Amino acid sequence: MAYTYFPGCCMHGFARHCQDSLYAVFNALGLELRELKDWNCCGATTYIAVDEYQAFALGARNLAMAEKLGLDLVAPCTACFMILKKTKDYLARYGDLREKIDTALATVGLRYEGKVEILHPLEIILRDVGVKGLKAKVKRPLRGWNVAPYYGCLIARPYALSEGFSLEAFDEFVPALGANLIDFELKARCCGGSLTGTVEEVGHRLVYILLHQAKLAKAHALVTVCPLCQLNLEAHQGKIKRQYGDDVTIPIPYFTQLIGMALGLSEKALGLEKLLVPLDWDVGEKVFAAREPAAA
Amino acid sequence: MARPTFSQKVKYEKELKRDLAAEVVATPGGEKIFSCLQCGTCGSACPVSVYMDYTPRRLIGMVREGFKDEVITSFAIWLCASCYECTVRCPAGIRVTEVMYALKRIAIREGIYPRHFPVPVLAKEFIEMLKGTGRNNEFWLVLRVLLKTAPMKLLTSWPLGLRLWRRGRMCLTASRIPKAANADLLRILDSIESQGAGERHTAAPGSSPLARDEQPACGPPAKAA
Repeated sequence: MAYTYFPGCCMHGFARHCQDSLYAVFNALGLELRELKDWNCCGATTYIAVDEYQAFALGARNLAMAEKLGLDLVAPCTACFMILKKTKDYLARYGDLREKIDTALATVGLRYEGKVEILHPLEIILRDVGVKGLKAKVKRPLRGWNVAPYYGCLIARPYALSEGFSLEAFDEFVPALGANLIDFELKARCCGGSLTGTVEEVGHRLVYILLHQAKLAKAHALVTVCPLCQLNLEAHQGKIKRQYGDDVTIPIPYFTQLIGMALGLSEKALGLEKLLVPLDWDVGEKVFAAREPAAA
Repeated sequence: MARPTFSQKVKYEKELKRDLAAEVVATPGGEKIFSCLQCGTCGSACPVSVYMDYTPRRLIGMVREGFKDEVITSFAIWLCASCYECTVRCPAGIRVTEVMYALKRIAIREGIYPRHFPVPVLAKEFIEMLKGTGRNNEFWLVLRVLLKTAPMKLLTSWPLGLRLWRRGRMCLTASRIPKAANADLLRILDSIESQGAGERHTAAPGSSPLARDEQPACGPPAKAA
């Protein structure tokens, strides 16, 4: 299957490693990504704080261009993912907004019909490959690893995931890779988004709550599906450790990095060396050896 | 940031600014603020309400009653991180996050925010950069916001930048769209601007379901015609 790929600004910037691993894993699973030509920033949750109509126009331009290609649109950043879904929903429900956007798009010869489907890569992997299919392709099971999946807000809020999917359904990809699933209670709690940069004392507290809980649950890795959560959770661990006197050091891989590890892809292809908190491949093996000495 | 203080607990009718509620109602998602039950579900679901001067429930109450100055000068509207917990939980179907965006818009439009407060500065810089290159580059965005809000913070935040840069995750040259495509983008944005604010929104029945359980219908069954 081929998909139109909407990287979003972060995948071209601080989340290069997420993009590396996304391409590597999609390639290994026989899925193709074709980057949307001339895509523009989706406006995130920021543009709408200044002008709502223009904010919807940003999303609409991308959707109109993607529609012409006739493939489903993949957005690996959950903010882009939600914004594009929201644009689609609001253009379908608010007639006058739709009229304005249509007029504006027409000035550059674009037309939006509302047909394009917006998907997150996790939905695609589980829909096209499936849990069983993924399990069959695992070459190096992550045995011994305690993995806590963390989804954050925007993948499942405010819009429901595609039919048949819930965060609980998503959790199944962790055991499929051979790792132990930690049922992470805070899997949909906010990481603070841009607050870690703007109102630090609040943003860092929100990150601390998540990291602390993951440590309590004895997780070896907290895996994210959003590049912004990924940066937030790993970039401030040092400051948080000093501020709260609590060692919260834990690697924060993007979910395709973890999948790629189990598929036996190389460290470089997955951008593992670009993580700020290094991921130690041997962690799981040590735990496994301690638990089942004979089998190891 | 200076906290607003009530100089009087009661407002007289002529002191109220009722146009605020009308503007929020005209926002997509804000139509239902007059159905608010004041139950407080939004505030208890909100991960940052403990830091707010007014909880979302109280803000909605104040918007409805015309306490514009208190609402617009509140710290709470800038703390909303767009996590949408309130929106999916509101029993009255109010999209509280959209109400927060509307309040931010009004404050930014009227220039009511502390001068060096980073949230509105970030919003403005973000848009300026987006219009220039069609995309955003974190390095330049963060640098510009820090220079305008807290230049001293550069002293404490450069190590993170360096760590990202050494791992190839900090791009000093921005990813940008071709000139022609950027001109298209600006034409679209200009066209929206020239069309003006226009009439209020009319919502058609929902197409994309919100992430929540269906709520049973309440009240007596509808009479057959």
